Amino acid sequence: MKFSFAKLLQAPSIILLLLWMIVPLSMTLYFSFMRYNLLYPERTGFDGLLNYNFFLTDPALYDSIVNSLTLVGSIIVISVVFGLSIALLLQNAFRGRGIVRVMLISPFFIMPTVNALLWKNMFMNPVYGLFAFISGIFGWPVIDWMADFPLLSIIIMLSWQWTPFALLIFMTSLQSMDKEQVEAAEIEGAGFWSKFYYLTLPHLSRAIAVVVMIQAIFHLSIFAEIFVTTGGGPGYMSTNTTFLIFSQALLQFDVGVASAGGVFAIVVANIIAFFLIKTVAKGMAK
Amino acid sequence: MKNLKILAGSVMLAVASSAAVQAGELTIATVNNGHMITMQGLTSHFEAANPGVTVNWVTLEEGTLRQRVTTDIATKGGQFDVMTIGMYEAPMWGAKGWLNELDFDASYDVDDLLPAMRGGLSHDGKLYAAPFYGESSMIMYRKDLLDAAGMSMPDNPTWGHVQDAAAAMTGDGVYGICLRGKPGWGDNMAFLTTMANSFGAKWFDEDWRPALDSAAWNHAVTFYVDLLTKYGPPGSSGNSFNEILALINEGKCGMWIDATIAASFVSDPSQSKVANVIAYAQSPVAVTSRGANWLWAWALAVPAGTAQADDAEKFVQWATSKDYINLVGNEIGWGNVPTGTRSSTYDNYNFLAAANFAEAEMKAILSANPSNSTQDPTPYQGVQFAAIPEFQAIGAAVGQQMSAALAGKISVEEALANSQNIADREMKKAGYY
Repeated sequence: MKFSFAKLLQAPSIILLLLWMIVPLSMTLYFSFMRYNLLYPERTGFDGLLNYNFFLTDPALYDSIVNSLTLVGSIIVISVVFGLSIALLLQNAFRGRGIVRVMLISPFFIMPTVNALLWKNMFMNPVYGLFAFISGIFGWPVIDWMADFPLLSIIIMLSWQWTPFALLIFMTSLQSMDKEQVEAAEIEGAGFWSKFYYLTLPHLSRAIAVVVMIQAIFHLSIFAEIFVTTGGGPGYMSTNTTFLIFSQALLQFDVGVASAGGVFAIVVANIIAFFLIKTVAKGMAK
Repeated sequence: MKNLKILAGSVMLAVASSAAVQAGELTIATVNNGHMITMQGLTSHFEAANPGVTVNWVTLEEGTLRQRVTTDIATKGGQFDVMTIGMYEAPMWGAKGWLNELDFDASYDVDDLLPAMRGGLSHDGKLYAAPFYGESSMIMYRKDLLDAAGMSMPDNPTWGHVQDAAAAMTGDGVYGICLRGKPGWGDNMAFLTTMANSFGAKWFDEDWRPALDSAAWNHAVTFYVDLLTKYGPPGSSGNSFNEILALINEGKCGMWIDATIAASFVSDPSQSKVANVIAYAQSPVAVTSRGANWLWAWALAVPAGTAQADDAEKFVQWATSKDYINLVGNEIGWGNVPTGTRSSTYDNYNFLAAANFAEAEMKAILSANPSNSTQDPTPYQGVQFAAIPEFQAIGAAVGQQMSAALAGKISVEEALANSQNIADREMKKAGYY
């Protein structure tokens, strides 16, 4: 490593970032091997792998991993597809486009808990919700969303909130598309789908990659909506890994098991990140 | 040079304002319910009576409050001088020596505190938290619908009678009975525990082994699932206090068994369409009335090791005294006084005139006993919970299973078997056996 003045000046920020990463990580690793419950501070000591054993033999573990992956995958697919469609629809100027854009982006700024309660109590409630009212008008059977489709309900809530995020990124990315290339293609006789597949999609590949990566990071740690609406769902139907760590460890202030769960979540997240970066790097290199 | 001066000035300002707590300032952690908000508005009275002491309020929602306060007291953080805790924490923390024993002077009249409240907040006979607000649970029912069906509600009905009444009232857009179903140790499990208690069940036997696989629990939960499936509103497995309050205020519920404080909302004509036709009865029983209605209190406690123990205790004394209740009654209104703590409140004719549920509420509170809440002898304190640290996680997980059984996802047997397994794992990990 060549010593240079520039590198010396960069050093403080890099050291800070390193500390920011290494201190919480090492403390989490340390506590995951210790027996430490805040409510029994006198009972501490090296516990070996007991915390991991307790966390990994939880009957809810498999369901929570499947639910986590389902949540992440479904919300990303829905928000990218809808975000892209709406962005394409908004591509050409029309009267009032500015206001429509603002309205379409606004769901992203609602607080997660408010969003969840809005859907649970105003739309999905089987007695006085809007969906029940509409079902009543058409004579369709009323669906009890939270009991019968808990994970789907959460996916709906979160897709509604995150589609505007994808929409925003795609809208801005589309604005930088080369118009002359599009005109040239039209003169050559390219139809809508050809233009989309050969021009728009490659141009947007980076934006899609960014959206997928950011959303994957956030959706792996979904907690507020689950806590406020289904409380983990009937049984474990809407428990994801984050909620499992909360209910198994944080609720009773068991720092040891919570740290073990945290390490597990880090491993799962890194596996997903590895696959994501491989596919995204391929797309970006194109 | 100018920038440097501004920088220096702002650094000094930041240092000065973040200086350690000034002498005479009490930091109080509290929950964001109506009674506490009222108390914050009346703080000036306390500060006037105690010159040199100011009050700094930290108001949080229940779950966050519990988390912050527990973390602070367990790690001896010393952030708070007065803490708002519930009947779950008080005996546990008092036993660990984390709270100062409260020793008030004669003017406080500690014998005026309702015995159940005082007992539930003490350990070994010493009071560790002063109750600010107390509640039990009772039945609130639509007298008009019951009369129309030609039935009546005795003051201590059996569960069988409640089922018959629910059947008679169901129909025409009305659901005969509405009960909590949302998973949570203080949500559906608070109610289910009292129901199970009345069927003769218990959480742990005398060796601390979980008793969720007993016939009594099976009987209770089967009855509960049956009752709500036949006569309850759809979506019950997600309903908590606020959802059912909305339903009953719109006239959609025939009966509701929940916190006594709910009575003040359903009988308020400004928010309830059925305010004038609600009547009250004590919680139903099956084989025993022990533990059939729950007991909860929000109380003020002083963490051990706080620098301002004397001032903190003075504040706790002021906020839970008879004078404070009179203050709220006269300044805000007798319908808003914090109830459920002192016998003298229920002798006050102003309060009785403003609250038609007072008699039923007091009867419920007096009949609850956290030290004797099950048919068989048990080692834990608490009516609708067990005052052990492991209970929060166990209660939360069991609540999820019960909610699944109510939603019809799994059978009652399977739910109870899973619950027994969960409880067993937690108790083993904690080293009880």
